[in-house]
Amino acid sequence: MKLSLPDSLLRDKSSGWCPGCGHGIITRMVAEAVEELGLEENFILCTDVACGALAAYVTKWNVIGAAHGRTIIAAAGAKRVRPDQIVLAAPGDGSAYSIGIESTIHCALRNENILALVVNNCVFGMTGGQMSPESLPGQKTTSSPFGRDPARNGAPFDVVKTLGSYDIAYLARGSVSSPANVIRTGKMIRKALQKQLDGQGFCLLEILSPCPTNWGFPDDRAGKALDYMRQQQEVFYPLGEFIDKEGSKDA
Amino acid sequence: MEKVLMKGNEAFAEACIRAGCRFFSGYPITPQTEVLEYMSWRMEQVGGQFIQTESELAGINMVFGAAAAGARALTTSSGPGFSLKQEGISYLCGTDLPAVIADVMRIGSALGEIFQGQGDYWQLTRGGGHGDYRTVVLAPASVQENADLAYIAFDIAEKYRHPVIIASDAAIGQMVEPVELPPMREHDIDRYDWVIRGRKPGEEQRRMKNVFYRMGADKYPAFLLDKYRRMEENEQRWESLAVEDAELVLVAYGISSRVSKEAVKLARSRGIPLGLIRPISLWPFPQKAFDALGGQVKGFLCVEMSILGQMVDDVVLACGNRVPVGFYGEFSQVPEPEIIVERAAAMLNGKEVQA
Repeated sequence: MKLSLPDSLLRDKSSGWCPGCGHGIITRMVAEAVEELGLEENFILCTDVACGALAAYVTKWNVIGAAHGRTIIAAAGAKRVRPDQIVLAAPGDGSAYSIGIESTIHCALRNENILALVVNNCVFGMTGGQMSPESLPGQKTTSSPFGRDPARNGAPFDVVKTLGSYDIAYLARGSVSSPANVIRTGKMIRKALQKQLDGQGFCLLEILSPCPTNWGFPDDRAGKALDYMRQQQEVFYPLGEFIDKEGSKDA
Repeated sequence: MEKVLMKGNEAFAEACIRAGCRFFSGYPITPQTEVLEYMSWRMEQVGGQFIQTESELAGINMVFGAAAAGARALTTSSGPGFSLKQEGISYLCGTDLPAVIADVMRIGSALGEIFQGQGDYWQLTRGGGHGDYRTVVLAPASVQENADLAYIAFDIAEKYRHPVIIASDAAIGQMVEPVELPPMREHDIDRYDWVIRGRKPGEEQRRMKNVFYRMGADKYPAFLLDKYRRMEENEQRWESLAVEDAELVLVAYGISSRVSKEAVKLARSRGIPLGLIRPISLWPFPQKAFDALGGQVKGFLCVEMSILGQMVDDVVLACGNRVPVGFYGEFSQVPEPEIIVERAAAMLNGKEVQA
């Protein structure tokens, strides 16, 4: 079998991501979409901190490393200065929905012409698996050791319930839990980037992603993390396209 | 060029535009708000970006992204809002990014009040945020200087790839004076080879992250020390008044320096040998002004609008602690020239003058 990788990816660097992590798949999908649309020379990646920030070291793109929770707003600043460039902000769920929620909402209200690609793995990964805004009811984390109890810990955040009626270009949720979902999610990335090219405005694509290390499946040969995604994560956070304002030439 | 009558905050905003600033993001807070209001229509005229952000945090972090993309970017605030900007200022410093931030000071901790104050001196000159940094801090004492310092702030910021803070206050920001505005300049966002845009084939990857990630923690200290030493050597700014024969020298900046000038005049009319050093750069502190003084100086009197006497330490260091350093502070009122002269005379009579 021939190995085929987009040119934007470095083949000789190890990523630092744990075995079974979804970040590698998502980074490859972004690279494929960027290559397919011919955007390599006009693409800016804006990273957050921690796991998602490691993408800077396995790709060739120029990168803005924003502070935690400020990825989307920093990306919007860069895009306003360089409207001819394609800007992708890559926060995690803690960044986009917890510490940075005000800018997620207000960038949507201003319809900033960027793509916020939110990797949702339901935990704070790099800091060792604490409860995140997306941790599921009952999910045990290092800061919700009895399982997340909405009465005690607050309810999980569903971005579709918050941004679902906003006047933005695109709101969708994908997943990397299966090859079919990877293909569907890849199309969502392409569609969102095309919308930015067309100047349609704010796109938020959440991608559900496994974190075997912090979900309690560190040696996950049996694929328990993927089972958890299909049986828990994707049930609580349904996949699909929720806003697709002007459609897309690419669809 | 002809002079026009302008409010301090508006002259500052217009000078930023004329320096090529085409990006502003910020949040309303008194007594800074006129900068935001001015930019809301002026940026439109010059084809720049004006964003009233959801918070000061958003304002400074949007500036971070804009500066990384190569723009001359500005955000402004006051007191409580300026505290929120410290996160972003630390990130600008750690990332080697130029930007200009203004703190139009008001009085007090917490909400305080909207009157003029100088209580942010420590926050301004000691770093303010987390980590190992300082910024260049310039303190205007007139509407003209608000414009002049805004105009050079972006050049200084880019020269060192470092944020520059303009520290004015409610009085300087709100007063109306004649001002001669500088000529219009445009800034090319591709001027520097470090700016972030799409990577062209054959180019090295540009990662706008903590500088020591790419430089290595072993090389970073020497790099950083060199940068700060160059700033200390080149960026000291001050005005000295009647110091040649002064036996007591006032040290005051911003609004306090204006009344201190009156005090020098008043003292001289009574035969009291009083002078003034007015730091224009609060950091780097104008050590050279103190080094140039003659041996006749018997003491210094800090005049500032703070309760704790925040600039006193810097004066003690600048004079090598060789002579007494007194302090006259006011909280909500501008210092009185008559009281300054009284305290100065007391010091010359060998009395200790403290808050």
